[in-house]
Amino acid sequence: METILTVNHLTKKFGYLTAVNDLSFTIEKGNVYGILGPNGSGKSTTLGIILNVVNRTSGDFSWFDGNTTTHEALKKVGAIIERPNFYPYMTAIQNLKLVCKIKEVPETKIQEKLELVGLWERKDSKFKTYSLGMKQRLAIASALLNDPEILILDEPTNGLDPQGIHQIREIIKTIASQGTTILLASHLLDEVEKVCSHVVILRRGENLYSGPVDSMLASHGFFELRCGQLDKLQDLLEKNASFGKIENFNGTLTAYLKEEMDAESLNKMLFEKGIILSHLVKRKESLEEQFLTLTKNN
Amino acid sequence: MLRLLQIEFIKLWNNRASKVLIISYFVLLTSIALIAAIKFDIGPVQFHLADQGIFNFPYIWHFNTFVTALFKLFLAIVIVSMMSNEYSNKTIKQNLIDGLSKKEFILSKLLTVISFALISTVFVFVVSMILGLIYSDYNEMSIIFSDLDFLFAFFVKLVAFFSFCLFLGILVKRSAFALGFLILWSILEQVVFGLLGWKVMSWDSARIIKNFFPLQSMSNLIKEPFTRLSAVQNIGQQIGEDMKFDYHTYWYEFLIAIVWASIFIYLSYVLLKKRDL
Repeated sequence: METILTVNHLTKKFGYLTAVNDLSFTIEKGNVYGILGPNGSGKSTTLGIILNVVNRTSGDFSWFDGNTTTHEALKKVGAIIERPNFYPYMTAIQNLKLVCKIKEVPETKIQEKLELVGLWERKDSKFKTYSLGMKQRLAIASALLNDPEILILDEPTNGLDPQGIHQIREIIKTIASQGTTILLASHLLDEVEKVCSHVVILRRGENLYSGPVDSMLASHGFFELRCGQLDKLQDLLEKNASFGKIENFNGTLTAYLKEEMDAESLNKMLFEKGIILSHLVKRKESLEEQFLTLTKNN
Repeated sequence: MLRLLQIEFIKLWNNRASKVLIISYFVLLTSIALIAAIKFDIGPVQFHLADQGIFNFPYIWHFNTFVTALFKLFLAIVIVSMMSNEYSNKTIKQNLIDGLSKKEFILSKLLTVISFALISTVFVFVVSMILGLIYSDYNEMSIIFSDLDFLFAFFVKLVAFFSFCLFLGILVKRSAFALGFLILWSILEQVVFGLLGWKVMSWDSARIIKNFFPLQSMSNLIKEPFTRLSAVQNIGQQIGEDMKFDYHTYWYEFLIAIVWASIFIYLSYVLLKKRDL
């Protein structure tokens, strides 16, 4: 698989504070990555370093095959950091023309990208007259002008209203479905869960986990069960080697699996033992639960 | 190189304040021709400035470059704000993310500054040439094209001054404060000179050291032209004052100003490179 970005033992210190500590990960082409972490965990600093605006203390990173300089590589990248930064006195079109000049791409894509984010009707309005949601969408259009190999988004829905958040997510999904690699930094877990296939989890600048979302925890999921003979059910499950922890909460049993088992075979097994279920759901931990487990244990 | 200039041009020309200032600057450069219209006609005292020889070749090169250089403050405002606005709008960050290298960023600003200086020089050359051809008492080719080094001095002076402005814009990041700093600096040079001469050394050595200060070195490039006027010379002779000054610019004066310009550009680059945005 083609590697887009390699980060090796990256460290950034602001005086006595270590913002990023010995961070390593790689980004492969075609995946959608999420960088997760609480506020102040070093997400934006990491992105700042790979985007050439923050100087690293030690470690290194390389774009693509490692043969191009960072600023040349960035011409093949689309990135938005925190807030949309444009010239307030210039119109959307003028701002995008400037970006085209910087990225050395023709101006022919401007209309297409503005239409994609729904700003074509407002193309001649000055940037300062835009609402925050429109500014953010213009930033996405600008990042897409060069049809980038990878799109980097840092908190793209920060400060937006629900409608704006929805619009941005739809745009991200559209872009992801076209096969563009995406790196999305966020502290909003459901956001990452909805679009990402891989995650890098940071806490206080350290890498807690990096890999596919599915194998984040060595977990086989859990069952939620209800029936008339709750005590008998609990007793039965506790004796079964496939189950670990069993919790009884408000008349619902939550049984965590130690090994793979599907709902059908559990149902069959319990029925044979004379227990008839009124409620059976097999679930995986949500990203939020996994994230909290992961950050708590360490 | 053209690309970098185009980038800067888009940024400047779409900004109304910059556009107005740039246009007014060049209008003011042309307005030096209006001096020709200064006429006093108070009874017996008749005075027409154009008749006093200020538009004589080659003196006109000296006079016009000196006077028009005063207008450089207009462009200074434009240059300081084109630099500091990049910080306040955070567009410098976006420019770098979009794939402009830090070197290219400084280079685009430097090229703009050099273009400003070059266009100003050409402008002053054309305006002076026209005024001279109309009013000058001497019109021989050899006289017209003598003392053209004042134009070169004018160019170097502008480049050095604008480089200083660029550096201040990067250093201070706020246009108003940067301009304040510029004024503060010019006062500081005089204060340091005063202290040196008063406490540390003789006035003569203080004067030599002063010539190495950045703003002083820039003003040394074109010395004041007024005592060269025949009218002023006449008055001087009548009161018995010897007014023979050296008006010419020496190679080391060019060198000092050029060195300062290079230092300012280099420091801007270092500053940009070291800073986290």
